[in-house]
Amino acid sequence: MHELSIAQNLVQLVEATAAEHQVMAVRSVRVRIGALSGVVGFALESAFGLVREGTVCAGASLDIEDVPVRIACPNCGSVTVNDLTFMLCPNCGRASSELLSGRELEIASIEVDESDCGCAASESVAALARC
Amino acid sequence: MTRILDVRQKILKQNDETARAMRARFHDAGTFVCDLVSSPGAGKTELLTYTMRELRERGMTCAAVVGDLATNNDAERLATSGAPAKQILTGTMCHLEADMVAESIRGWDLSTLDALFIENVGNLVCPATWDLGADKRILLFPVTEGEDKPLKYPTLINTADLVIINKLDLAEAVGFDRELAIHNVERVRPDVPVLELSVRNNAGLEAWMNWVVHHVAADVPVAPAEASSF
Repeated sequence: MHELSIAQNLVQLVEATAAEHQVMAVRSVRVRIGALSGVVGFALESAFGLVREGTVCAGASLDIEDVPVRIACPNCGSVTVNDLTFMLCPNCGRASSELLSGRELEIASIEVDESDCGCAASESVAALARC
Repeated sequence: MTRILDVRQKILKQNDETARAMRARFHDAGTFVCDLVSSPGAGKTELLTYTMRELRERGMTCAAVVGDLATNNDAERLATSGAPAKQILTGTMCHLEADMVAESIRGWDLSTLDALFIENVGNLVCPATWDLGADKRILLFPVTEGEDKPLKYPTLINTADLVIINKLDLAEAVGFDRELAIHNVERVRPDVPVLELSVRNNAGLEAWMNWVVHHVAADVPVAPAEASSF
């Protein structure tokens, strides 16, 4: 259940971002998870549900974008691999060890209520720019 | 009204930064570092005990840190090689993280070490996601686990720099199909080198030691002026 540790890292990052932007509450968190990242979406959702309590994420949902595995085929260029047990080009069968995507484990963005954003409430142009 | 704040950061940013700093420190000290992963009972400790004893006999210095949920057994076995071995007790954690390794080697003079081995917690799933700052990740599959193990754990094998088919001495007893196993490794991780060995039967050990010694020799210390202050 390494997703628990990942969810803790995720919430810490969101808290840091929220503090930077003076946000009191986050509505949703968008993450990108590669098929070879070693992270299972529903397990991360369960873990997120546990660790978000008492943080700015308490009322936040997790929005997961699955990122497929793409490899560089010497013949066909960038191709998508749907079967992780066949890391070969699905068009021509050539092997490739060059991974173009699929290991992502990223936080893409967070959605916050306008009223919760200290920057928006402020008249300061500089503070707005920080958003 | 809602507002979207662009973040675009790696979720394991903190782990990756610690791993990167350790890697720089290992590089500056000229210490070759391996992270060994496998299921529980695949023979990591036995292989490392042999390897460290052999390296010492060849005049090289090495040490190991080993992750385990609850016991010091592995560190005690590794220490029989004569090399220092430190246990990292993970409690309920199913994998090692970079700061656990950093903490365990805190205060070590790495410049005195030619090689450092990190024996991960026996687990074919969770360690895949965590960079520990090692130069190479080695994945062990014992013949007793069957030929299709590589297909069942594509994520971890995709992070491996070397695959070892271990416990060759038991291959006949379990009817191990060597060619099928190698074919399956190549299907999931094209181009990864594969070594087959048995510490018990003294099989394949020369090729393994050559691999280790080659990498140890290639990893020389950076001149002091260039060394990182970390």
